[in-house]
Amino acid sequence: MATTKIPSSTGVSPDAAQDMAGDGMKTVMMPVGVPGYTLRQEPRTMPATQPPVLPINADLKFIGKSPERWDGPAKVSGRARYTADIQLPGMLYAKFVDATVPHAKVISVDTSEAEKVAGVKGVFVIENLLGSAKLLNPSLEVSKYPIVRYAGQPIAAVAATNPQIAEDAAKLVKVKYDVMPFVVDMDQARRADAPMVFPGPANQAGTAGGGGGAADVPQTGNIHGPSVHTRGDIEQGFKDADVVVEEHYTTQVQVHNALESHGVVADWKPDLLTVWASTQGTASVREGLAGFFNLPKSQVRVITEFMGGGFGAKFGPGNPGVVAAALSKQTNAPVRLMLDRKEEQLSVGNRPSSDQTLRIGAKKDGTLTAIHLVSYGTAGCGTGAGCAGPATNMYKYASLRTEESDIFTNAGPATAFRAPGHPQGAFALEQTIDELANRLGMDPLDLRDKIDENSARRVEREIVRNSAIWKSRHATPNVDHGHIKRGVGVGQAVWYRNISMDSAAEVRVHQDGSVEVLSAVQDIGGGLKTVMAQILSEQFGVPPQQVSVKIGDTNYPVGPNSGGSVTTASLTPAVRDAAWNAAQNFLASIAPALGAQPDDLVLANGEVSSKSGKFQPISFRSAAAKMNTSEVSAQARRIPDYDRKAYETYGGVDVAEVEVDMEIGLIRVKRILAVHDCGRPMNPKQTMNQINGGVIQGMSYALYENRLIDSDYGLMVNANLDRYQIAGSREIPQIEVQLIQSYIGQSSTDASGIGEPGGIIGTPAAIANAFYNATGVRIRSLPMTPAVVLAALANTSQQKETA
Amino acid sequence: MSGPKLPHDSSDLPQDSGVAQTAENKLGKGTTGITRRGFLKGAGVTAAGTALLEGARAFGREAAATRGEHPEGVREFGPGPVAVTLQVNGKERVIHIEPRTTLADALRLEMAMTGTKVVCDRGACSACTLLMDDIPINSCMTLAIDAVGHQVTTIEGLTESSEGHSMQAAFLKHDAMQCGFCTPGMVMTCSALLKKNPKPTEDDVRLATAGNLCRCGTYPRIFAATLEAAGVSDSESTHNA
Ligand code: FES
Ligand code: FES
Repeated sequence: MATTKIPSSTGVSPDAAQDMAGDGMKTVMMPVGVPGYTLRQEPRTMPATQPPVLPINADLKFIGKSPERWDGPAKVSGRARYTADIQLPGMLYAKFVDATVPHAKVISVDTSEAEKVAGVKGVFVIENLLGSAKLLNPSLEVSKYPIVRYAGQPIAAVAATNPQIAEDAAKLVKVKYDVMPFVVDMDQARRADAPMVFPGPANQAGTAGGGGGAADVPQTGNIHGPSVHTRGDIEQGFKDADVVVEEHYTTQVQVHNALESHGVVADWKPDLLTVWASTQGTASVREGLAGFFNLPKSQVRVITEFMGGGFGAKFGPGNPGVVAAALSKQTNAPVRLMLDRKEEQLSVGNRPSSDQTLRIGAKKDGTLTAIHLVSYGTAGCGTGAGCAGPATNMYKYASLRTEESDIFTNAGPATAFRAPGHPQGAFALEQTIDELANRLGMDPLDLRDKIDENSARRVEREIVRNSAIWKSRHATPNVDHGHIKRGVGVGQAVWYRNISMDSAAEVRVHQDGSVEVLSAVQDIGGGLKTVMAQILSEQFGVPPQQVSVKIGDTNYPVGPNSGGSVTTASLTPAVRDAAWNAAQNFLASIAPALGAQPDDLVLANGEVSSKSGKFQPISFRSAAAKMNTSEVSAQARRIPDYDRKAYETYGGVDVAEVEVDMEIGLIRVKRILAVHDCGRPMNPKQTMNQINGGVIQGMSYALYENRLIDSDYGLMVNANLDRYQIAGSREIPQIEVQLIQSYIGQSSTDASGIGEPGGIIGTPAAIANAFYNATGVRIRSLPMTPAVVLAALANTSQQKETA
Repeated sequence: MSGPKLPHDSSDLPQDSGVAQTAENKLGKGTTGITRRGFLKGAGVTAAGTALLEGARAFGREAAATRGEHPEGVREFGPGPVAVTLQVNGKERVIHIEPRTTLADALRLEMAMTGTKVVCDRGACSACTLLMDDIPINSCMTLAIDAVGHQVTTIEGLTESSEGHSMQAAFLKHDAMQCGFCTPGMVMTCSALLKKNPKPTEDDVRLATAGNLCRCGTYPRIFAATLEAAGVSDSESTHNA
């Protein structure tokens, strides 16, 4: 092995590091840490074939800059074609028939009337339902059709020549139910005499986006769990504590509500099933359909050119995918099945609720001796309500015990939702830490400095400490008099480095000077297409808009499913490696015509030049014309991270300023400061846009959103966008995002993702702590509606009176 | 929250008032007097489709499939397809649609103009915003036949215009989009605002977009982009980067 310095160039010149030891590896220095704070060089060992180390963003031309969104022109002009926009000749429109009751055995499904309607071409009755938890022992339930476990569960579907006919005909399908007792309220479901959602143990697998609950756990009645994790000696931990804080928190169910609903256009041909899908994973849809229909993967093609939001809920074909494919097969025609807004809210996922009792013990100096979390939550007829992530991973502690249980209810199954479990868990943890700081008489940032060694988080707290918003915070709560009280609070986020090795890309250079990059990966709104173009620009020296980015098609090399913030971290190194290799092939291809050695050639500024000055620089395009074949290309696959021992968590520190109207109980969020890290920011403007979005979703979750199900009827009463309240333009606070560069030395791009940690985890807790800072009262229940606020205020004044 | 929303909100009007809620609200005067919702409710739903009773004012001359005269000048159209002539982006388009077809569906399904998005299909998100005679309306809450005799401008048409171009350029500059599904509706709403109010404040932009839902949370960028397109300084805005 050989050790070299970082090349000072933009990484396009051939690497000076050679494989001296002949073991196929090289060791080079890489930037690690935060520029302006902790930046240093650290050695990393990697395959000798890896491209030269990229310097920090300040020394690059395209990567780390913010060129306009590559597919922005298509989006602002309405040209972007989403799944719902696909129209194929002879395409049919399908509509689900949904269960109207929350719990029942389906006795019969009579489709005869629907089939008679002119224009109806096919009817399909579901016998194999996806998404919900599955009984371990299916013989406990004998039924031809899936048991209805929530109102809105799809039962059948009708395909017709236009959507209106499909909708009319769907209403004519007669479903006969044998209605069973149901329970939709989590507290009622926990009672021993509650109706059972499942007659025996049941498990729900997670998706490529996460979610799903523990499988090897006890199940009693509707209580699935607990899943118990321990570290250290918890009893000793509490004995060692000088202070113990114990509090109880509850959070509501949140519904994703991506603007584009779930759905597909499926076109079943004898030798190829082609599916346009609104998905976060073309790979997951292909895998799901191939498995369901027992087709070779090579005969399933999935396309996602544009995708209208997912937030964790869109992996695999789901019921819409398999039903549309089945209808297409049956009718010999392409079939479009997009859910309507009501179905979207009922049947394709949500963020589970939580009921958490959190007990934390600490020494006088703040050192945590013990954390004990007991949590319950309902993921409807699915599992995955665990929320111990923050308690387990945010801080240093001597001992930990977490006990997480799912409570089954007759409601739609949960699925992964942006940072699964973490907004809930952080809402409890970060308020408890705030309370602990209070009891210890410590500044909340100082306490976190004591218990959180993460190097990026330290820098972030330093930035917060010096910010105007933090300096405006009253050191003690409840300082303001009058009916509007102002407060500032902080909440941290934690997330993890997840890498998918199913990440590959191909880069092609054509003789006409055009360059393209191909991968099956999808851009779900984060801006991956732009970032891929930037990587090619950095390599070839041509502007991003001159690069063709072709993704979202399983015909291209495999791409990761976009869940867990894996996409940028996983795919971009493969893109850079492919670009580097293609560039070497390109230079080798043109070198003879230029009378130069390939390693004498430099690609920059849209030109090819000679280091030794053999010839005057020529344009990239005229250099390409000298290629000795019409195309050169290279494919690269993700290689493992360079040094997993050096892993730290990602995250950020969110600060909120609120005004509380003490008379009407209204919380107004005035300002948010969100300070975050995600490795090397590839396109800061896009990254910060995502953080804005996370902050807004977090605020919306904290103050407004709430899935409401009527206990008497088991029906969701706000399955629409007018009564399911989401923060809109007038509620948006002033948001300042500070994105730090935090180099970690792990891959050829050193990039990470931001979708999960950015804003949604820390913001609700920051708002709650700001509320406490304003009023001196803790609010332990979400959403913090005026009713909840007034109740919290009244409760405390009562407590004061009786004390 | 997205509600109460002005001017898109229709929730305060009686649901079956028989008044063109969206058009009424935005145009400031009744257009044809039939709403999709009120109409569907009254007409009921049958497998064969639905007949439409129409106040005969708007599209009597265009409707080909008239089934007969009713007393008091009320004529019945449908339930089968009728020929309807629309003015879309300055061009005349003749389509054959069931009278109950919304303007959004007519554009998307009959004219293959899919820039207009349908999200809630009930007037709660404004993703389907387009201009009818320069007034932004929710095209999911407007029957295609109610657009007869009006100039319809969609995102495709706006893209051809200079004001559309400057708004779109500002959206690009400020990266006022993520997934992009709300973006056509946002662009329509924001450029309609500038037509009415060429020098808006940020609060004006917030009010104008109060009915437009963006689940990706791009609002700060949308405010900045709109102010930029208006040539209003952006000094103390929420914009970052
Ligand atoms: S307002 Fe028309 S789709 Fe939502
Ligand atoms: S950009 Fe995705 S909904 Fe607005």
